[in-house]
Amino acid sequence: MREKCLAPDSATGQATYRGEPLPAIAQRIRERILTTISNARVGHPGGSMSAVEILTSLYFHVLRVDPERPDWPERDRFVLSKGHASSALYATLAERGFFPPELLSTFGKINSRLQVHPDMHKVPGVEISTGALGQGLSVGVGMALAARADYPEGRGRPGVRIYVLLGDGECQEGQVWEAVMAAAHYKLDNLTAIVDYNQVQLSGPVAEVMEVAPLADKWRSFGWAVEEVPGHDIEALIAGFDKARGIKGRPTVIIARTVKGKGVSFMEGKSAWHGKPPDEQELKLALEEVRRSWKQ
Amino acid sequence: MEAVRDAFGKALVEIGRHDKRIVVLDADLASSTKVTYFAAEFPDRYFQVGIAEQNMTGIAAGLALMGRIPFTSTFGVFASRRACDQVAMSIAHPRLPVKLVGAYSGILSGNNGATHQAVEDVAIMRAIPNMVVVDPADAVEMSQVVKAIVEYDGPVYLRMSRDAWPDVVPPDYTFKLGKSVLLRPGDTVALVCSGMMASLCLEAASRLERQGISAMVLHMPTIKPLDIDSLVEAAEQTGCVVTAENHNVIGGLGSAVAEVLSEFCPVPVKKVGLQDTYGECGSNEELLEKYGLSAAHIVKAALEVLERKKK
Repeated sequence: MREKCLAPDSATGQATYRGEPLPAIAQRIRERILTTISNARVGHPGGSMSAVEILTSLYFHVLRVDPERPDWPERDRFVLSKGHASSALYATLAERGFFPPELLSTFGKINSRLQVHPDMHKVPGVEISTGALGQGLSVGVGMALAARADYPEGRGRPGVRIYVLLGDGECQEGQVWEAVMAAAHYKLDNLTAIVDYNQVQLSGPVAEVMEVAPLADKWRSFGWAVEEVPGHDIEALIAGFDKARGIKGRPTVIIARTVKGKGVSFMEGKSAWHGKPPDEQELKLALEEVRRSWKQ
Repeated sequence: MEAVRDAFGKALVEIGRHDKRIVVLDADLASSTKVTYFAAEFPDRYFQVGIAEQNMTGIAAGLALMGRIPFTSTFGVFASRRACDQVAMSIAHPRLPVKLVGAYSGILSGNNGATHQAVEDVAIMRAIPNMVVVDPADAVEMSQVVKAIVEYDGPVYLRMSRDAWPDVVPPDYTFKLGKSVLLRPGDTVALVCSGMMASLCLEAASRLERQGISAMVLHMPTIKPLDIDSLVEAAEQTGCVVTAENHNVIGGLGSAVAEVLSEFCPVPVKKVGLQDTYGECGSNEELLEKYGLSAAHIVKAALEVLERKKK
């Protein structure tokens, strides 16, 4: 639960989880993503690596969840609308203790619980099956409507909050904007969306495929509070989530500026790594780089 | 004789009084689907989502995940076509207990023409794994269907006629999900139907009786899962089958029946329904006549399968 990981390290002011700085956990998640995808020969490394700090901030600091009780009614809900980043979610859930990390080696294989796009009935901690892009924010709106009625903030209770992670390319789906409109209409201040703004999609740069900018202006004009944060800076992300919690009467979107394939120089910013697994040699190089970067 | 949609609206209020899990989402069609009754009595459990069926379907999924039993209110064309991927991926695949109401079923859409005529909704919904498809005949049956689908813990597509149709089910009737209803015994030909076509089949059976032909009327309000045992029994008993549906003959009840019979009891089958075409404007009577769905067409189809049976 959140209580266990709330306090920042007294010496550095940095967020930690069980004494470990969150960036260290993030790097371990990155290693697991790369290994999982390479081993499975399937998956989406680019958009998984860009979401690592977002997921680390959420699962190791922000979300009130309990791996021992994944169905705890008063938990916060996280929806991975960009279901393609499943390997990042699985690595994060495994690190957080929802299931043993050994399971990651079954990713994408026949009979595995770990589908390439997440299945809520197969994995503890996955709140809703996703993979068809554009649908998660609507689901989040429904959750937030019910959560506001059942578990409102106040009387010493934090209230159940709903978090939805979208891709920037995903914002090309019309349904996203139907949901953006509805969340503001219903004044869902218990809902926080996060856009993993890595600026690259399968066919190339988002700006060339179908420009979504100005993203902040779009969300703002629909009635949302907007926080733009550097998406690989865990402290900045946590500050953004903290601020979102305090904004009343409207939902908040965190627009997280990220780098596709973050952490591996030959993957960074390259659409070629959207859905391509690294081979053995590439994995070796990638892991070395990820490990080196944290030690520095 | 009450309009099927009125019976739906009232039944929803009735069950909503006892079951707080019931919520209603509406894509700006409440006055057509009659969820207005629910909205008036339970404003806190009624969510207007505007003209956005895809979003409505996703919001329903989110509410279901939080313990609600959502009913979504729109026309059949929008529930099935407009929000098809959301129905499949956000509702059916995760097996969420959302009840999708598709109003103005078939070509009888209150003279709104082809854009509002649901001629392929059953085909779409039936092909989606985990989805249950129900097409009640009259107001009495509809009232019971609402209760039954609330009790069923999974996704349901509820097809709903716009207008009033003669009551066909007996007064002591109990609807059971997945079970057919023998509306009229007979042993020469079986008329298999769903929805408002039941009353036309009864009329056709009366006409056939005057010609000395004993026609059974087997109503299948649950199109999926189909009551295979009763259907096969009816085919064995009569030796030929006419299906009657207010829908395209591709993918709907007729297809479902033919799929079962070709496997378990291959007898001559004739499908009454839209012959792979869209509709147009017109009164109910005009449309049924022009598109081959009237009692006279059912009679003609029965005589045809009887001929084929003799060969």
